[in-house]
Amino acid sequence: MTASLREEKDRLELLTEMLRIRRFEERSVELYSSAAIRGFLHLCIGEEAVAVGVLQALGADDAVVSTYREHGHALARGVPMQAVFAEMFGRTTGCSRGRGGSMHLFDASRRFYGGNAIVAGGIPVAVGLALADAMQRRPLVTACLFGDGAAAEGEFHESLNLAALWRLPVVFCCENNQYAMGTALARSHAQTDLALRAASYGLRSWAVDGMDVLAVRDAARLAVDTARAGGGPCFLELRTYRFRAHSMYDADRYRGKAEIARWRERDPVELLASALVAEGVIDTARRAALEAEVAAEIDRAVEAAEAASLEPVEDLTRFVRSEVS
Amino acid sequence: MSTTTYREAFRAGLREALAVDDRVFLMGEDVGRYGGCFAVSQGLLEEFGEQRIRDTPLSESAFVGAGIGAALGGMRPIVEIMTVNFSLLALDQILNNAATLLHMSGGQLGVPVVIRIPTGPGRQLAAQHSHTLEGWYAHIPGLRVVAPATLADARGMLATALIDPDPVLIFEQIALYGASGELADDAGPVDLDHAVVRRPGSDVTLVAYGGSLAPALAAAEELAVDGVSAEVVDLRTLRPLDTETVLESVRRTHRLVVVDNGWRSGSLSAEIAARVAEHALYELDAPVERVCAVEVPIPYPRHLEEAALPGPADVMAAARRAVG
Repeated sequence: MTASLREEKDRLELLTEMLRIRRFEERSVELYSSAAIRGFLHLCIGEEAVAVGVLQALGADDAVVSTYREHGHALARGVPMQAVFAEMFGRTTGCSRGRGGSMHLFDASRRFYGGNAIVAGGIPVAVGLALADAMQRRPLVTACLFGDGAAAEGEFHESLNLAALWRLPVVFCCENNQYAMGTALARSHAQTDLALRAASYGLRSWAVDGMDVLAVRDAARLAVDTARAGGGPCFLELRTYRFRAHSMYDADRYRGKAEIARWRERDPVELLASALVAEGVIDTARRAALEAEVAAEIDRAVEAAEAASLEPVEDLTRFVRSEVS
Repeated sequence: MSTTTYREAFRAGLREALAVDDRVFLMGEDVGRYGGCFAVSQGLLEEFGEQRIRDTPLSESAFVGAGIGAALGGMRPIVEIMTVNFSLLALDQILNNAATLLHMSGGQLGVPVVIRIPTGPGRQLAAQHSHTLEGWYAHIPGLRVVAPATLADARGMLATALIDPDPVLIFEQIALYGASGELADDAGPVDLDHAVVRRPGSDVTLVAYGGSLAPALAAAEELAVDGVSAEVVDLRTLRPLDTETVLESVRRTHRLVVVDNGWRSGSLSAEIAARVAEHALYELDAPVERVCAVEVPIPYPRHLEEAALPGPADVMAAARRAVG
């Protein structure tokens, strides 16, 4: 395969992955509205390029730490869609046996360490995962995803310093969607250039257009390669936007329609899709076929999740301590 | 038998753990070059090197979280938090991650981290370095919480804690580090499941743990002079509580005094009293007595610090009320 053909194939895969996430999230809204899913539901519609661009830069044995807005990260990591839906339905076939729900997706077999719903709470854990890999001389990288809100937390600053001090192979990926719930970055930070602040800890640091999946992918590859090669931790500020409210409870009164519309013009899915159409890589029929494949996968996944069993109440207290045989 | 201090006993436990398992490492504030705030880890940096004895920044949340992550990544970290009041800066990691990940992940992610926390009063360290917060941690499902109060437990609890596939918190009494006593030359791992009767008796049960064991034993000694036979139960493990050993003792003595350096309200002493009420109320010949810390932040002057804490005289008075 020539380089350009491989790039075409890669870009088609990126589009497919982003579409899977977008349609997954849209189906989740429907399922939430019909009360099949309860609890909190945080959608990443608009932020798909971050999930797909970062996750594809990792190897199968690398580790991932994520947040409560992690459906896209989990899907891009390869957690089966059925296991994610089942988790949100609280079924035993869920990727956390139904114990976690939307905010707590885990998959140890894919080194996907969740699913942390305390803002910045996963960041120290990512540092520790990288420490374990470094101490055991495994050439692995830990990708740590979090939002811009985390940059106000002490754990963020403590962790960046510690990772830099010990030169650990962590790639800190700040998914800057401009709002910590309803508080805009500029309303909570005196210095809003997060990449600049990260650089002050001695990390290599880049600000990236988080709506451009190719830019995210290329930056993530560079950061992952740097960390893996012993260059110490890296920081990516991925500037993006969530098109939907913070959660299903959020009336979204804190930002204007014009602002949302402006960002929607840079919809990451459409940006890539239109580029591929313009270049003749895909046509409208192929795009429609892609949509149909994704829709069919979602239908199958929802069906399987709905058919799965609930955990018996007698098992309530399992998994508080390990079951040692 | 050899004479040794608690500090040396803890250090011997650490040295052995580091020697027998490459996955074990120690990290915390001043554990390396300084030798440990209370000199427990003195010499370990020189013996085991920078990779395994890691000085951390003053970032409790980050290095406790890093211990959790390293445990997930296949290591067996021992994390030292300089004193119990500082552990509150890492409470997010201890509660929301260490204690919770296994359950939240449906059984996938065990967290075999050991966290050592110097605790307790007695050194005039005032209101931000002297508290007894073990009871708070014992409230949390998912943790094992242990309180070594003897040299053998100081020497042997760490090894057993490191075998546990789940998080273990070891609360070390600051006031005991310098105390000395006799320890068997072949002292080694001890069980972490059972309370122990430290002194048998027949008239009244004194339940204590950690820093309250010494005043309970001293009181028992004095009571014996007066002809009152007090049995002293050392809880040792605060979660999960060994209720049965307490109940067995109460069934023999029919009287209960709980001695707790923690504040009375919502304390471990309250938990013990409640369990005895639930399971052995009709065994009791007198109301349960509790001797706890007075509900003030621990003050600096020695006379006020002593007045705030259970002392042998307080325990004796409570035991006499119970015996009637």
